[in-house]
Amino acid sequence: MVMEIRPIMERSRALEAPPPPSSWREGPSSKSLELYSYIVSLFRRKSFARGVHPDTHKSTAGKPIRRLPYAPRISLPLAQHIGKPAVPLVRPGEEVVRGQPIARADGFLSVPLHSPVTGRVEAIRLHPSASGAWVESIIIHAYASSTQEVLWREPRDMDSLGPEEILAAVKDCGMVGLGGAAFPSHVKLSIPPERRIHTLVVNGCECEPYLTCDHRTMIEHPADLMRGIGYAMRAVGARRAIIGVEDNKPDAVAALTPFLPTDGRVSMEMVQTKYPQGAEKMLIKSLLNLEVPAGGLPLDIGVVVNNVGTLTLLGRLLPAGEGLTERVVTVTGPAVKRPGNFWVPLGTPIRHVLQCSGVLDGDPHPELEVVLGGSMMGQAITSLDTPVTKGVTGILVYDRESVMRETVTKVYPCIKCGECVQACPMGLNPALLGMLAAKRDYDSMSVDYHLADCFECGCCTWVCPSGIPLVQQFRAAKGLLRARAA
Amino acid sequence: MATLGGVLAWFLALASRRLQVFEDPRIEAVEDCLPHSNCGACGTAGCRNFAEKVVSGDIVPAKCSVNPPEMNAYIATMLGVAMGEVEKQVARLACAGGHHVAHMRARYEGLKHCRAAATVSGGGKDCAWGCLGLGDCETVCEFGAIHMNGFGLPVVDTALCTACGDCVAVCPKSLFSLQPISHKLWMACKSQAEGDIAEAQCAVACNACGKCVADSPPGLMHMNRNLAVIDYTRNAEATVKSIERCPTGAIVWLENDQTTRGVAAKKIVRITALPLAA
Repeated sequence: MVMEIRPIMERSRALEAPPPPSSWREGPSSKSLELYSYIVSLFRRKSFARGVHPDTHKSTAGKPIRRLPYAPRISLPLAQHIGKPAVPLVRPGEEVVRGQPIARADGFLSVPLHSPVTGRVEAIRLHPSASGAWVESIIIHAYASSTQEVLWREPRDMDSLGPEEILAAVKDCGMVGLGGAAFPSHVKLSIPPERRIHTLVVNGCECEPYLTCDHRTMIEHPADLMRGIGYAMRAVGARRAIIGVEDNKPDAVAALTPFLPTDGRVSMEMVQTKYPQGAEKMLIKSLLNLEVPAGGLPLDIGVVVNNVGTLTLLGRLLPAGEGLTERVVTVTGPAVKRPGNFWVPLGTPIRHVLQCSGVLDGDPHPELEVVLGGSMMGQAITSLDTPVTKGVTGILVYDRESVMRETVTKVYPCIKCGECVQACPMGLNPALLGMLAAKRDYDSMSVDYHLADCFECGCCTWVCPSGIPLVQQFRAAKGLLRARAA
Repeated sequence: MATLGGVLAWFLALASRRLQVFEDPRIEAVEDCLPHSNCGACGTAGCRNFAEKVVSGDIVPAKCSVNPPEMNAYIATMLGVAMGEVEKQVARLACAGGHHVAHMRARYEGLKHCRAAATVSGGGKDCAWGCLGLGDCETVCEFGAIHMNGFGLPVVDTALCTACGDCVAVCPKSLFSLQPISHKLWMACKSQAEGDIAEAQCAVACNACGKCVADSPPGLMHMNRNLAVIDYTRNAEATVKSIERCPTGAIVWLENDQTTRGVAAKKIVRITALPLAA
């Protein structure tokens, strides 16, 4: 019953929203047909089963992306991606210029690093990271005279490159999935010869509450995005691409529509505003009605999913032959006085970002909760010296009052209401997994109840009326199983 | 019906004769003498597996560290084999940073498990390598050999510890390791931070001054990643002299359940928890 009530609420919200622009769907553009297709779209919205509807808090959606000044000292972890850490190419004392490669990839599952500033390498030493562990990082002292101009580049003629060369170029620019996973993009775009890719799915959902970096990127850099989509399609050999955008972003759709190629190979679809619409398996289900097999990858069913942020920067960096030195980060939350979207140089300490956005005005040591990412999947950090890395989508800052308001102080026993089962987009049974976790029966969790399929979206914890921190239990269980397997 | 019963009974009798697998009755006898804790400390899959290996001669009875020595001796005489000699091992914690000496950097709210806390940016301890003190090891120890002391640090009762290795596996910071009881020189710190940073985070951290290395017989100790490392293959050369000049007391001498810090180590008088680090 609950599942029926929610879409109706959603519909009423959608009716209040401004109607999508006339150009969002092809065909005859008579007013009545437009209205008809709009009404039909309300009842046949593309979506997946289950999921949740948290408040979106997208107050920064209207704020243009601005640049952040350089921090006096930046620290670049050698492992900002999933895979083997990069190998430094510079030594302490050396001078580097903005854009210069400072670390090379170590093997296939690794990417190089480029200096985001002009300055001097101070040291290569351990530095706090978002995971809490101290990791090997290149510390660069930024010259006060360092400008935003990229001083190191190797422009290339993209039209003459074959798929292999495009992949090499993607690797050289140090690109990783900018949606938060930080998985090396050249690995994701490398398709084994026995597989064929029919569709490139471009993920413009940004379903996480608070985050608006992808939304702004779509509005402000549509030409770069289209170019990036073209490169990715050539790299994977896809014949078509579909941009999936949640239907609460009609302005992004309006901004992208004029830039869609005329040959019709790239199309755009609106999907229902629902969390976690932007998870790749959910988006594939919504757009193509295909399911990724358990434990499998999208490429098993001929699909590759890439984030709009990743493709936009590929479209900009590949022709220019530059490396990834900065990314768009949403800085928002109840404690932020001047929220917004920023181009943040990689390696900038979170403390510097907070200073620039007015969090630390007045009291330099306020009690804060700082979360990297959105409010559903984001990770709290324990040190403001943690740098912004390639996988950081947003910085969310709560002050003491908002933390106290939202912290679950008492955890009640599971009443087996099944809310979490109705919320889990992967169709797992979080309640049962949670009880097994409490009994420390981790083997049963992974073997019998598919713990590995949980991608920690947080829906189960969000709906739990007893306030059980289910996702944290699953993360801990996964950590233990990984440690045991190693 | 009776005929059918008879035929099936005959079939079953035949099957039991034909398909019979001979099993050494001694395996059963040995298994009865074992503790049935299936802890895995001996390196086998469990007590049954251990019994099979003892009977086949692949392992010596003394390998069972849970059984009292008399019981292992009984197994040895029963089978007519040598009891073997295995040095007792215990779990050792490579951290001495209780909340009275080690700073916290952030307040952690959530499940009171170390593993769960470690998923939230390492758990909020200033020292990224240090013990979180939420007691996963105490919970997991089946033998009651670990209890948390007043400073939030686990203390191992060497008499009860059977070296099953459960605490080694559960610790998210990998602070526990199994050590033969003869390893008396012990580095109770894992912080790889540079000396001054490490000491600011925790009063009993190794600050990589290298005095212990200089005072040790050549080759026994060396510095690696801001930490003094002991080469236990040369354990026989280790003396209490190595700890004497340690300024923080990170390197200790463990004997008869007594932990001795060097005379030069700064005295720790604080007993209450430190405030959050700025």
